Amino acid sequence: MTALLSLAIDITLLSVILAMLLCMIRLLLGPTAQDRVLALDTLWMCAMLLALALGLRFASIIYFEAAMLIALTGFVSTVALTKFLMRGEVIE
Amino acid sequence: MTRWLPSPVLSAALLVMWLLLSQSIAPAQILLGAAIALAAPLLARPLRPLAPAPFRKPWVLARLLFMSMVEIVRSCFNVSRIILFKSRGVESQFIRIPLDLKDPYGLALLSCLINSTPGTVWVEQLPGSNDLALHVFDLHDEQWWIDTIKTRYEQPLIEIFDHE
Amino acid sequence: MTPELDTLPVWVSLPVTLLLLLGSAIVLIGALGLVKLPHFFQRIHGPAITITLGTGAILVASMIYFSALQSRLVIHEVLITAFIMLTAPVVAMLIMRTAVYRDLRARERGKTPPAVKDGEASEVYPFSTKKSLSAKK
Repeated sequence: MTALLSLAIDITLLSVILAMLLCMIRLLLGPTAQDRVLALDTLWMCAMLLALALGLRFASIIYFEAAMLIALTGFVSTVALTKFLMRGEVIE
Repeated sequence: MTRWLPSPVLSAALLVMWLLLSQSIAPAQILLGAAIALAAPLLARPLRPLAPAPFRKPWVLARLLFMSMVEIVRSCFNVSRIILFKSRGVESQFIRIPLDLKDPYGLALLSCLINSTPGTVWVEQLPGSNDLALHVFDLHDEQWWIDTIKTRYEQPLIEIFDHE
Repeated sequence: MTPELDTLPVWVSLPVTLLLLLGSAIVLIGALGLVKLPHFFQRIHGPAITITLGTGAILVASMIYFSALQSRLVIHEVLITAFIMLTAPVVAMLIMRTAVYRDLRARERGKTPPAVKDGEASEVYPFSTKKSLSAKK
Protein backbone atom coordinates (compact mmCIF):
# COMPACT_ATOMS: atom_id res chain seq x y z
CA MET A 1 0.00 0.00 0.00
CA THR A 2 2.79 2.44 0.80
CA ALA A 3 4.42 1.65 -2.52
CA LEU A 4 1.13 2.52 -4.19
CA LEU A 5 0.93 5.77 -2.25
CA SER A 6 4.43 6.85 -3.21
CA LEU A 7 3.65 5.92 -6.80
CA ALA A 8 0.51 8.08 -6.64
CA ILE A 9 2.55 11.01 -5.34
CA ASP A 10 5.02 10.60 -8.19
CA ILE A 11 2.15 10.44 -10.69
CA THR A 12 0.74 13.64 -9.23
CA LEU A 13 4.09 15.40 -9.60
CA LEU A 14 4.45 14.21 -13.17
CA SER A 15 0.95 15.20 -14.25
CA VAL A 16 1.22 18.63 -12.63
CA ILE A 17 4.49 19.22 -14.49
CA LEU A 18 2.86 18.00 -17.72
CA ALA A 19 -0.05 20.38 -17.12
CA MET A 20 2.46 23.21 -16.66
CA LEU A 21 4.05 22.31 -19.98
CA LEU A 22 0.64 22.40 -21.69
CA CYS A 23 0.01 25.82 -20.12
CA MET A 24 3.38 26.95 -21.46
CA ILE A 25 2.32 25.88 -24.94
CA ARG A 26 -0.83 27.99 -24.70
CA LEU A 27 1.18 30.85 -23.20
CA LEU A 28 3.59 30.89 -26.13
CA LEU A 29 0.99 30.06 -28.78
CA GLY A 30 -2.06 31.97 -27.57
CA PRO A 31 -3.39 34.16 -30.35
CA THR A 32 -4.75 36.91 -28.10
CA ALA A 33 -3.52 38.59 -24.96
CA GLN A 34 -6.38 37.24 -22.87
CA ASP A 35 -5.38 33.71 -23.84
CA ARG A 36 -1.95 34.38 -22.44
CA VAL A 37 -3.34 35.82 -19.21
CA LEU A 38 -5.57 32.78 -18.78
CA ALA A 39 -2.62 30.45 -19.40
CA LEU A 40 -0.49 32.40 -16.94
CA ASP A 41 -3.20 32.16 -14.28
CA THR A 42 -3.46 28.41 -14.78
CA LEU A 43 0.32 28.22 -14.61
CA TRP A 44 0.25 29.92 -11.19
CA MET A 45 -2.35 27.42 -10.01
CA CYS A 46 -0.26 24.51 -11.24
CA ALA A 47 2.82 25.96 -9.55
CA MET A 48 0.88 26.04 -6.28
CA LEU A 49 -0.16 22.43 -6.78
CA LEU A 50 3.47 21.54 -7.58
CA ALA A 51 4.57 23.03 -4.26
CA LEU A 52 1.88 21.01 -2.46
CA ALA A 53 2.88 17.81 -4.25
CA LEU A 54 6.54 18.42 -3.38
CA GLY A 55 5.45 18.80 0.23
CA LEU A 56 3.76 15.40 0.02
CA ARG A 57 6.81 13.86 -1.67
CA PHE A 58 9.29 15.02 0.97
CA ALA A 59 6.78 14.78 3.85
CA SER A 60 7.50 18.34 4.88
CA ILE A 61 5.12 21.06 5.98
CA ILE A 62 7.43 23.88 4.90
CA TYR A 63 6.09 23.68 1.35
CA PHE A 64 2.68 24.78 2.56
CA GLU A 65 3.94 28.33 3.09
CA ALA A 66 5.36 28.35 -0.42
CA ALA A 67 2.04 27.18 -1.86
CA MET A 68 0.17 29.84 0.09
CA LEU A 69 2.46 32.62 -1.14
CA ILE A 70 2.23 31.39 -4.73
CA ALA A 71 -1.58 31.45 -4.52
CA LEU A 72 -1.54 35.00 -3.12
CA THR A 73 0.89 36.45 -5.65
CA GLY A 74 -0.84 34.62 -8.49
CA PHE A 75 -4.15 36.26 -7.69
CA VAL A 76 -2.63 39.73 -7.45
CA SER A 77 -0.67 39.39 -10.68
CA THR A 78 -3.64 38.11 -12.64
CA VAL A 79 -5.84 40.93 -11.41
CA ALA A 80 -3.17 43.48 -12.34
CA LEU A 81 -2.75 41.97 -15.81
CA THR A 82 -6.48 41.91 -16.59
CA LYS A 83 -6.84 45.43 -15.32
CA PHE A 84 -3.98 46.49 -17.56
CA LEU A 85 -5.53 44.81 -20.58
CA MET A 86 -8.88 46.48 -19.95
CA ARG A 87 -7.81 49.98 -19.13
CA GLY A 88 -4.22 50.33 -20.23
CA GLU A 89 -3.07 51.13 -16.71
CA VAL A 90 -3.16 49.32 -13.41
CA ILE A 91 -3.84 52.09 -10.92
CA GLU A 92 -6.16 54.81 -12.13
CA MET B 1 -21.05 46.36 20.60
CA THR B 2 -21.59 47.49 17.02
CA ARG B 3 -19.11 50.29 17.53
CA TRP B 4 -16.17 48.13 18.54
CA LEU B 5 -17.18 44.92 16.81
CA PRO B 6 -18.83 45.93 13.52
CA SER B 7 -18.95 42.45 12.03
CA PRO B 8 -18.59 39.54 14.44
CA VAL B 9 -18.42 36.92 11.68
CA LEU B 10 -15.48 38.62 9.99
CA SER B 11 -13.68 38.94 13.33
CA ALA B 12 -14.19 35.25 14.11
CA ALA B 13 -12.92 34.32 10.65
CA LEU B 14 -9.81 36.46 11.15
CA LEU B 15 -9.11 34.84 14.53
CA VAL B 16 -9.47 31.35 13.06
CA MET B 17 -7.20 32.35 10.16
CA TRP B 18 -4.50 33.57 12.52
CA LEU B 19 -4.65 30.41 14.63
CA LEU B 20 -4.44 28.23 11.51
CA LEU B 21 -1.50 30.22 10.17
CA SER B 22 0.48 30.02 13.40
CA GLN B 23 -0.68 26.40 13.93
CA SER B 24 -1.05 26.62 17.68
CA ILE B 25 -3.70 27.48 20.23
CA ALA B 26 -1.28 28.83 22.82
CA PRO B 27 -2.77 31.72 24.87
CA ALA B 28 -0.28 34.18 23.39
CA GLN B 29 -1.35 33.33 19.86
CA ILE B 30 -5.04 33.62 20.80
CA LEU B 31 -4.32 37.06 22.28
CA LEU B 32 -2.49 38.20 19.14
CA GLY B 33 -5.22 36.79 16.93
CA ALA B 34 -7.92 38.51 18.96
CA ALA B 35 -6.06 41.82 18.64
CA ILE B 36 -5.96 41.40 14.86
CA ALA B 37 -9.59 40.30 14.76
CA LEU B 38 -10.59 43.44 16.66
CA ALA B 39 -8.34 45.91 14.87
CA ALA B 40 -8.61 44.81 11.25
CA PRO B 41 -12.39 45.32 10.77
CA LEU B 42 -12.21 48.70 12.51
CA LEU B 43 -9.31 49.86 10.33
CA ALA B 44 -10.90 48.48 7.17
CA ARG B 45 -14.33 49.94 7.83
CA PRO B 46 -13.76 53.16 5.83
CA LEU B 47 -12.91 50.99 2.82
CA ARG B 48 -16.23 49.19 2.94
CA PRO B 49 -18.83 50.84 0.73
CA LEU B 50 -21.86 49.07 2.23
CA ALA B 51 -22.96 48.13 5.69
CA PRO B 52 -22.14 44.55 6.69
CA ALA B 53 -24.68 42.05 5.46
CA PRO B 54 -27.16 40.88 8.07
CA PHE B 55 -26.62 37.22 8.82
CA ARG B 56 -30.04 35.68 8.34
CA LYS B 57 -31.28 32.16 7.78
CA PRO B 58 -28.03 30.20 8.13
CA TRP B 59 -29.84 26.97 7.25
CA VAL B 60 -30.91 28.20 3.85
CA LEU B 61 -27.36 29.43 3.23
CA ALA B 62 -25.84 26.09 4.32
CA ARG B 63 -28.22 24.17 2.07
CA LEU B 64 -27.43 26.46 -0.84
CA LEU B 65 -23.67 26.04 -0.34
CA PHE B 66 -23.94 22.27 -0.04
CA MET B 67 -26.12 22.08 -3.14
CA SER B 68 -23.70 24.17 -5.16
CA MET B 69 -20.76 22.05 -3.97
CA VAL B 70 -22.49 18.93 -5.29
CA GLU B 71 -23.21 20.83 -8.49
CA ILE B 72 -19.52 21.85 -8.80
CA VAL B 73 -18.33 18.24 -8.55
CA ARG B 74 -20.99 17.03 -10.97
CA SER B 75 -20.26 19.65 -13.62
CA CYS B 76 -16.51 19.07 -13.18
CA PHE B 77 -17.00 15.54 -14.47
CA ASN B 78 -19.30 16.81 -17.22
CA VAL B 79 -16.74 19.35 -18.43
CA SER B 80 -13.86 16.88 -18.30
CA ARG B 81 -15.90 14.35 -20.28
CA ILE B 82 -16.57 16.96 -22.94
CA ILE B 83 -12.91 18.00 -23.09
CA LEU B 84 -11.73 14.42 -23.43
CA PHE B 85 -14.24 12.96 -25.84
CA LYS B 86 -16.23 15.66 -27.59
CA SER B 87 -14.24 18.82 -28.11
CA ARG B 88 -15.59 19.46 -31.63
CA GLY B 89 -19.05 20.82 -32.07
CA VAL B 90 -19.63 21.95 -28.50
CA GLU B 91 -22.23 24.64 -28.52
CA SER B 92 -20.88 27.38 -26.25
CA GLN B 93 -23.03 30.45 -26.11
CA PHE B 94 -23.86 33.58 -24.25
CA ILE B 95 -27.30 33.58 -22.72
CA ARG B 96 -29.30 36.31 -21.05
CA ILE B 97 -31.05 35.69 -17.76
CA PRO B 98 -33.47 38.16 -16.20
CA LEU B 99 -32.82 38.51 -12.48
CA ASP B 100 -35.13 39.53 -9.67
CA LEU B 101 -32.38 39.74 -7.06
CA LYS B 102 -31.43 43.31 -6.15
CA ASP B 103 -29.24 43.10 -3.06
CA PRO B 104 -25.53 43.70 -3.84
CA TYR B 105 -24.37 40.99 -1.41
CA GLY B 106 -26.80 38.53 -2.91
CA LEU B 107 -25.59 39.35 -6.41
CA ALA B 108 -21.96 38.98 -5.32
CA LEU B 109 -22.65 35.58 -3.79
CA LEU B 110 -24.62 34.51 -6.86
CA SER B 111 -21.76 35.50 -9.16
CA CYS B 112 -19.24 33.63 -7.01
CA LEU B 113 -21.36 30.47 -6.98
CA ILE B 114 -21.98 30.59 -10.73
CA ASN B 115 -18.33 31.27 -11.50
CA SER B 116 -17.08 28.49 -9.23
CA THR B 117 -19.20 26.01 -11.11
CA PRO B 118 -17.19 24.81 -14.12
CA GLY B 119 -18.99 25.30 -17.40
CA THR B 120 -20.58 28.63 -16.60
CA VAL B 121 -18.95 32.06 -16.38
CA TRP B 122 -20.75 35.22 -15.37
CA VAL B 123 -19.91 38.03 -17.78
CA GLU B 124 -21.71 41.07 -16.47
CA GLN B 125 -24.96 42.59 -15.44
CA LEU B 126 -26.12 44.28 -18.60
CA PRO B 127 -26.21 48.04 -18.19
CA GLY B 128 -29.65 49.57 -18.04
CA SER B 129 -31.42 46.38 -17.00
CA ASN B 130 -31.29 43.76 -14.31
CA ASP B 131 -30.33 41.08 -16.79
CA LEU B 132 -27.36 38.81 -16.42
CA ALA B 133 -25.08 37.82 -19.29
CA LEU B 134 -23.82 34.29 -18.79
CA HIS B 135 -21.52 32.18 -20.90
CA VAL B 136 -22.36 28.48 -20.93
CA PHE B 137 -19.86 25.87 -22.11
CA ASP B 138 -22.26 23.20 -23.28
CA LEU B 139 -25.65 24.65 -24.06
CA HIS B 140 -28.37 22.14 -24.76
CA ASP B 141 -31.46 23.97 -23.69
CA GLU B 142 -31.47 27.64 -22.90
CA GLN B 143 -34.73 27.57 -20.97
CA TRP B 144 -33.41 24.80 -18.72
CA TRP B 145 -30.44 26.96 -17.69
CA ILE B 146 -32.64 29.96 -17.00
CA ASP B 147 -34.98 27.86 -14.86
CA THR B 148 -32.09 26.22 -12.99
CA ILE B 149 -30.40 29.50 -12.15
CA LYS B 150 -33.66 31.10 -11.11
CA THR B 151 -35.04 28.33 -8.93
CA ARG B 152 -31.93 26.68 -7.53
CA TYR B 153 -29.68 29.67 -6.96
CA GLU B 154 -31.69 32.84 -7.03
CA GLN B 155 -34.66 31.73 -4.94
CA PRO B 156 -32.65 30.91 -1.78
CA LEU B 157 -30.60 34.08 -2.21
CA ILE B 158 -33.75 36.20 -2.42
CA GLU B 159 -34.94 34.42 0.71
CA ILE B 160 -31.68 35.25 2.51
CA PHE B 161 -30.92 38.77 1.33
CA ASP B 162 -33.93 40.46 -0.21
CA HIS B 163 -36.25 39.76 2.68
CA GLU B 164 -37.62 43.14 3.62
CA MET C 1 10.86 7.40 -0.08
CA THR C 2 10.79 8.76 3.43
CA PRO C 3 10.85 6.10 6.16
CA GLU C 4 7.82 7.48 8.06
CA LEU C 5 5.61 6.50 5.15
CA ASP C 6 5.66 2.86 6.25
CA THR C 7 3.82 3.67 9.45
CA LEU C 8 0.70 4.86 7.64
CA PRO C 9 -2.28 2.52 8.02
CA VAL C 10 -4.16 1.38 4.95
CA TRP C 11 -7.31 3.35 5.71
CA VAL C 12 -5.24 6.53 5.45
CA SER C 13 -3.11 5.71 2.44
CA LEU C 14 -5.97 4.36 0.35
CA PRO C 15 -8.12 7.54 0.28
CA VAL C 16 -5.00 9.69 -0.10
CA THR C 17 -3.95 7.63 -3.12
CA LEU C 18 -7.39 7.81 -4.69
CA LEU C 19 -7.71 11.56 -4.11
CA LEU C 20 -4.25 12.18 -5.54
CA LEU C 21 -5.01 10.16 -8.66
CA LEU C 22 -8.33 11.97 -9.13
CA GLY C 23 -6.72 15.36 -8.59
CA SER C 24 -3.85 14.73 -10.97
CA ALA C 25 -6.18 13.42 -13.67
CA ILE C 26 -8.43 16.49 -13.35
CA VAL C 27 -5.47 18.89 -13.42
CA LEU C 28 -4.17 17.24 -16.56
CA ILE C 29 -7.59 17.31 -18.26
CA GLY C 30 -8.00 21.00 -17.40
CA ALA C 31 -4.64 21.88 -18.95
CA LEU C 32 -5.48 19.71 -21.96
CA GLY C 33 -8.70 21.65 -22.39
CA LEU C 34 -6.71 24.88 -22.31
CA VAL C 35 -4.63 23.68 -25.24
CA LYS C 36 -7.17 21.66 -27.18
CA LEU C 37 -10.37 23.71 -27.25
CA PRO C 38 -10.71 25.83 -30.37
CA HIS C 39 -12.06 29.14 -29.08
CA PHE C 40 -11.13 31.45 -26.22
CA PHE C 41 -14.60 31.50 -24.67
CA GLN C 42 -14.46 27.71 -24.52
CA ARG C 43 -10.90 27.64 -23.24
CA ILE C 44 -11.87 29.68 -20.20
CA HIS C 45 -13.85 26.69 -18.90
CA GLY C 46 -10.84 24.35 -19.00
CA PRO C 47 -8.87 25.76 -16.04
CA ALA C 48 -12.07 26.04 -14.00
CA ILE C 49 -12.04 22.30 -13.32
CA THR C 50 -8.32 22.45 -12.45
CA ILE C 51 -9.02 25.15 -9.92
CA THR C 52 -12.07 23.63 -8.25
CA LEU C 53 -11.92 19.86 -8.22
CA GLY C 54 -8.21 19.28 -8.95
CA THR C 55 -6.99 21.69 -6.30
CA GLY C 56 -9.68 20.54 -3.89
CA ALA C 57 -8.77 16.86 -4.18
CA ILE C 58 -5.03 17.45 -3.76
CA LEU C 59 -5.59 19.77 -0.79
CA VAL C 60 -7.85 17.25 0.98
CA ALA C 61 -5.31 14.49 0.29
CA SER C 62 -2.57 16.67 1.77
CA MET C 63 -4.70 17.35 4.85
CA ILE C 64 -5.37 13.66 5.51
CA TYR C 65 -1.75 12.72 4.81
CA PHE C 66 -0.13 15.21 7.15
CA SER C 67 -2.71 14.64 9.88
CA ALA C 68 -1.88 10.94 9.87
CA LEU C 69 1.85 11.48 9.49
CA GLN C 70 2.18 13.84 12.44
CA SER C 71 -0.66 12.22 14.42
CA ARG C 72 -2.27 15.59 15.09
CA LEU C 73 -4.80 17.67 13.23
CA VAL C 74 -3.05 19.51 10.37
CA ILE C 75 -5.74 21.49 8.62
CA HIS C 76 -4.04 24.71 7.60
CA GLU C 77 -4.63 23.72 3.97
CA VAL C 78 -8.15 24.96 4.65
CA LEU C 79 -6.70 28.46 4.32
CA ILE C 80 -5.57 27.84 0.73
CA THR C 81 -8.92 26.25 -0.08
CA ALA C 82 -10.85 29.20 1.30
CA PHE C 83 -8.58 31.68 -0.45
CA ILE C 84 -8.92 29.95 -3.80
CA MET C 85 -12.67 29.57 -3.43
CA LEU C 86 -12.85 33.33 -2.84
CA THR C 87 -10.50 34.44 -5.60
CA ALA C 88 -11.07 32.00 -8.46
CA PRO C 89 -14.55 33.36 -9.36
CA VAL C 90 -13.22 36.91 -9.31
CA VAL C 91 -10.33 36.01 -11.60
CA ALA C 92 -12.62 34.14 -14.00
CA MET C 93 -15.02 37.06 -14.21
CA LEU C 94 -12.19 39.58 -14.72
CA ILE C 95 -10.63 37.55 -17.54
CA MET C 96 -14.02 37.08 -19.18
CA ARG C 97 -14.85 40.76 -19.06
CA THR C 98 -11.40 41.63 -20.38
CA ALA C 99 -11.92 39.29 -23.32
CA VAL C 100 -15.38 40.66 -24.08
CA TYR C 101 -14.19 44.25 -23.83
CA ARG C 102 -11.16 43.67 -26.03
CA ASP C 103 -13.23 41.90 -28.68
CA LEU C 104 -15.68 44.79 -28.72
CA ARG C 105 -12.89 47.33 -29.00
CA ALA C 106 -11.18 45.40 -31.77
CA ARG C 107 -14.45 45.33 -33.70
CA GLU C 108 -15.01 49.04 -33.22
CA ARG C 109 -11.63 49.71 -34.77
CA GLY C 110 -12.68 47.72 -37.80
CA LYS C 111 -10.32 44.83 -37.27
CA THR C 112 -11.96 41.46 -37.05
CA PRO C 113 -11.08 39.58 -33.88
CA PRO C 114 -9.77 36.02 -34.34
CA ALA C 115 -13.19 34.62 -33.52
CA VAL C 116 -14.75 35.92 -36.69
CA LYS C 117 -12.00 34.55 -38.86
CA ASP C 118 -12.68 31.08 -37.53
CA GLY C 119 -16.24 31.34 -38.70
CA GLU C 120 -17.65 31.49 -35.18
CA ALA C 121 -19.04 34.98 -35.31
CA SER C 122 -21.95 34.03 -33.07
CA GLU C 123 -19.47 33.75 -30.20
CA VAL C 124 -18.69 37.43 -30.15
CA TYR C 125 -20.38 39.62 -27.63
CA PRO C 126 -23.02 41.14 -27.73
CA PHE C 127 -24.63 37.80 -28.13
CA SER C 128 -27.22 36.71 -30.61
CA THR C 129 -29.49 35.41 -27.89
CA LYS C 130 -32.59 37.02 -29.29
CA LYS C 131 -32.00 35.37 -32.64
CA SER C 132 -31.29 31.94 -31.23
CA LEU C 133 -34.25 32.16 -28.89
CA SER C 134 -36.64 33.09 -31.65
CA ALA C 135 -35.10 30.45 -33.89
CA LYS C 136 -35.79 27.80 -31.29
CA LYS C 137 -39.32 28.86 -30.54
